[in-house]
Amino acid sequence: MITVYLDGQPLVMGEGLTVAAMLTLSESSIARLSCTGQPRAPFCGMGICQECRVTIDGRRQLACQTLCQEGMHVERTV
Amino acid sequence: MSLQARTAAADVVIVGAGIMGAMCAYELASRGLSILVIDNGTGGATGAGMGHLVVMDDNPAELALSRYSIALWNTLRKRLPEACAYRNCGTLWLAANDEECGLAEAKQARLVEYGAQSEWISASALRQLEPMLRPDLAGALKVFDDGILYAPATARWLLHQQDGRITVQEGDVTRVEGNRLCLSEGGWLTAPAILLANGLGAFRLLPDVPLRPKKGHLLITDRYPACINHQLVELGYAASAHADDGTSVAFNVQPRPTGQLLIGSSRQFDTLDKRVEFDVLGRMLMRAQDYLPGLGELNAIRGWTGFRVATPDGLPLLGQHPDQPGLWLALGHEGLGVTTASGSARLIAAQLLGEAPPFDPAPFRTERFVGVASHTPGAAA
Repeated sequence: MITVYLDGQPLVMGEGLTVAAMLTLSESSIARLSCTGQPRAPFCGMGICQECRVTIDGRRQLACQTLCQEGMHVERTV
Repeated sequence: MSLQARTAAADVVIVGAGIMGAMCAYELASRGLSILVIDNGTGGATGAGMGHLVVMDDNPAELALSRYSIALWNTLRKRLPEACAYRNCGTLWLAANDEECGLAEAKQARLVEYGAQSEWISASALRQLEPMLRPDLAGALKVFDDGILYAPATARWLLHQQDGRITVQEGDVTRVEGNRLCLSEGGWLTAPAILLANGLGAFRLLPDVPLRPKKGHLLITDRYPACINHQLVELGYAASAHADDGTSVAFNVQPRPTGQLLIGSSRQFDTLDKRVEFDVLGRMLMRAQDYLPGLGELNAIRGWTGFRVATPDGLPLLGQHPDQPGLWLALGHEGLGVTTASGSARLIAAQLLGEAPPFDPAPFRTERFVGVASHTPGAAA
């Protein structure tokens, strides 16, 4: 089991999950807010649609293309 | 007139609903004319470009047209809704060395002749204004009236103005003969005047008009807290923009109101391949990172290409076809069509209605490259 921090809150999960899967397991699968404030969540799951942009350890990345690592900090983009 | 001919479809039929067609429709409808705009929905340079409103001064005709056009945009900009995303951010023309400082000085002298306000920004002031730029630049020329807008939304907005005198219809024009045109669904439309403002699409209708596509790449980043404040262009840009051959890149970055950075630019000749070419995109991004060292930390979300439509002398064709009365052209604006849409539309309207032209129309006359006379040796001078 590993611990990942989502917006500062620890989440304990098995290894091998993507950050997008971790979002889905959390209370809300929202990854970010659009220009007009609409919630957006992972959609294509294969790195094309760009809907799941989150900040991972200080850098903007795609949640669906990133595997969770022990101690990783994930921030939703709002 | 063929048996299928109808009575006049409108006072003016415009082919192309991009920024040029839309602005011509807006301008002509403002004088009370009824306008039918026909567009095939495939999209062109309006949707692909940066939407940089910029005074360009590579020759006096371009400077007169772009300066006049910016002044018109400035009268229109307060009425543009937020969707058009107009911002008066100004342009910073970046000087990397002493030679480019000289270019900036010459540029400023040319601009002032045409009433375009600019100011020299010293190296230290530039570091304060744009801290994301690499610190060793020699300075920049700031051009105040330049700005940015989102051209597709602006074209849409223009087409909805003028109290319903503008009608937009989806359709594919397959032939043009003087003041009549044929639609692929069949049937000819006639009008007192037909105006082609369909960019590359004009190739198919007027194969003898020498328009050359110049492919460009753009890339846009994710949204971030504002990190640049002006449109940033290297002073060497003009050299790239006017190269006649080969592939070139130049630094040109625009801050979008959303916090995204729109990154250009590249130029390639004689290809109509829409695919993103990673070697060209890579060169363009290396150039951009040379000026903005922190760029590599940002996430890019889209890259795409588009085609500028260029005439042999780089100036648009604005006026009536010399051999086809009733057929008017607003074509070949290259990379400057969003800027010059306003001035070009004003000139077309003046010529069509027999008014005094707002600036010297001679450099833009269609006879340069269109019609029988232009193919006679020595005639197109």
